Amino acid sequence: MDKVMSNKKIIALYVLPALLVIMAVVYIPIILTAYYGLNEWNGIGAMTFIGLDNYQALLTDGKFWDSAWHSLLLAVFSAASLIIYLAVAMVLASKIKGANLFRKIYLIPMLLSSVAIAQLWLRIYHPTNGIVNSFLESIGISNPPAWLAEPSLVLFALFIPILWQYAGFYILIYYAALKNIPASLVEAAKIDGATSMQIAFRIKLPLIMEVIKVTIVLAVVGSLKYFDLIFVMTDGGPNGSSEVMASYMYHTAFRAYDFGYGSAIGFFLLVICLIVTWVIRKLTASKETIQYS
Amino acid sequence: MFNKKWTVLLLTLCLALVAAGCGSNNSSTGDSGNGGSEGDKVTVNFMHLWPAGVSAGQNKIVNQIIEEYQKENPNVTIKQEVLDNEQYKNKLKVLSASNELPDVGVTWAAGFLKPYVEGNLFAPVDDLLEGQLNGKFVAGTTEAYAIDSKTYALPLEFNIAPVYYNKAIFEQLNLEVPQTYEEFKTIVKTLSDNGIAPIALGNKDRWTGSLWYMYLADRIGGQEALANAISGAGSFKDESLVKAAAEVQSLVDSNAFVKGFNGLSNEEAKSEFLNNKAAMYMMGTWELPNFTTNEEIPKEFRDSVGFFKFPTVEGGKGDINSWVGGPGVGLFIGENSKVKEESKKFVEYFVTKWGEQSVTGAGVIPATKVDTSTLELPQLYIDLFDEMNQASSITLFADVQMEANAAETHLNMIQALFGKAVTPEKFSEEHDAAITKGK
Repeated sequence: MDKVMSNKKIIALYVLPALLVIMAVVYIPIILTAYYGLNEWNGIGAMTFIGLDNYQALLTDGKFWDSAWHSLLLAVFSAASLIIYLAVAMVLASKIKGANLFRKIYLIPMLLSSVAIAQLWLRIYHPTNGIVNSFLESIGISNPPAWLAEPSLVLFALFIPILWQYAGFYILIYYAALKNIPASLVEAAKIDGATSMQIAFRIKLPLIMEVIKVTIVLAVVGSLKYFDLIFVMTDGGPNGSSEVMASYMYHTAFRAYDFGYGSAIGFFLLVICLIVTWVIRKLTASKETIQYS
Repeated sequence: MFNKKWTVLLLTLCLALVAAGCGSNNSSTGDSGNGGSEGDKVTVNFMHLWPAGVSAGQNKIVNQIIEEYQKENPNVTIKQEVLDNEQYKNKLKVLSASNELPDVGVTWAAGFLKPYVEGNLFAPVDDLLEGQLNGKFVAGTTEAYAIDSKTYALPLEFNIAPVYYNKAIFEQLNLEVPQTYEEFKTIVKTLSDNGIAPIALGNKDRWTGSLWYMYLADRIGGQEALANAISGAGSFKDESLVKAAAEVQSLVDSNAFVKGFNGLSNEEAKSEFLNNKAAMYMMGTWELPNFTTNEEIPKEFRDSVGFFKFPTVEGGKGDINSWVGGPGVGLFIGENSKVKEESKKFVEYFVTKWGEQSVTGAGVIPATKVDTSTLELPQLYIDLFDEMNQASSITLFADVQMEANAAETHLNMIQALFGKAVTPEKFSEEHDAAITKGK
């Protein structure tokens, strides 16, 4: 077997199908998108090559930077919420009663489709019959806001279902990582007289640091290119106050029929995601990986 | 995005299966040896947007027409592909980019149509209009599909937008149908004071608010001022149009629209009206079935729906018989279709049959002329139908009229105007800028 696997031709043969597929559905479209971004194109007729005009326009496009700001806010909130997920996962992993049940409960939103979640939360936020406003009225608040129609509130109102949607996913990752820590380490610490706080911060956290780094990248990049719930729940409105980069790209390309500019936004979004990933990796890089075994 | 990718993938898979199924079917009938007596077997691909779930009435008619057509022309198979409204628009876009449009499909008028025509994707249908269908269409409907004096699609529906109101609520509060805008404002105030939302409006969809602005602009500035501004010959900075925009904001200030209207979709707003929570609702005549024949809506409610024309504004130039509306969807024939002649025949047949059947079957108003006197129809339908025939002018929906880019600006500005995020002056400026840029 070793012989077969060291044969370069065989390796190529095994890798090739997957490589071709990923080229066809990921890399070539990316290159094409970058190219479309250099053109003025309505998606149907002929393209006119205009060089970097689209990208130049993008840099001074106030609407785009507004949407980028909204995406960034979402990324910050997602990253911050990881702390809560981690705490929940720690509690669940510490053999409490019903941990199994809770784990499943947290995971359920993950299993729902985005559109179903959106419909659900549209009803929760409904300005007159929604559960949120009904509750607020019942405790005596006379004129609760229309959550999805108030430009200053809508973005934060949207963050809640978005964060809720992914909670189970991150909790599951942390849970699995924590379960991977050898029980002997924890026991040894206990014998040495460590408190549970110390065990959490000095033993468990350092050991799952690599996983935490990955989740930060996932959460931030996932937020930067986020689209689904916003598209269904507010469509970027009102007045663009919940527009994120991906929805702005969609609106430009598919509503305003400006495929050239839309492609430029798409490619720029990719570049931003790459840069952010690189920065996060740099910032979180540690010289040594901690091991206690 | 992830979800979408899967949907597309699944869809493609389904299509592949369907195509494979049809393929084997064809060959088996070929084997049975029908010979050449009936001519070659032809398949016409027809893509439309009336799924059985959402538009049951229309879906039934489509299937009925296709069945009849296939019976009369045994060598033709009509293959349907049905999508939801928004999905349909996206799919059409994608298909056109790869030059794989269906032989026959559904399109919208004016601004929507233009890029397709410029891309040489739709075939002109003037020969059909001069043939059997000559004089069958309601005046002003086919024109909306014409670019550079050639017509590129045949309209199926024709719509105008009245204000529907809940007679029961009006009676309860002793309100009368308004004749002037002042009376209208009094009604709004009375309703609002009595804790009933005066108007159901789902402005997340934006074109819904555009209707209100268009009517105010029409009644204050007259039909021409608005039409010129949209075409670029005039300006949105016209005093009367700025005044219309200001009037929209004063309606918002007087709590005329349901709470949170900028965050509600049209469907959500409609349900406020259907549940007696809002007293008025401005919408196209395509909603008629819901107020007349749709069994799913309580009869008690359907009987209490009336309509009125948007009232005249004192000192305004508009005429009460001037409407906002226009043809809905029409049928196009793919320029690159391999079965163009067959497709044309089918479209001709479809348009004629649709006119006869959609009135009773779906309760919509067709673009072809219909004699309603011989048919038994709901009173609301007949009244609106008569209004349409008396219309002094019909202004096409602004977002349909404008080019995609300008339409997008218009719709965004509408939402901002209703949300009081822009001043009427800024609203007008942005419109002019977008329309000039599009030229």
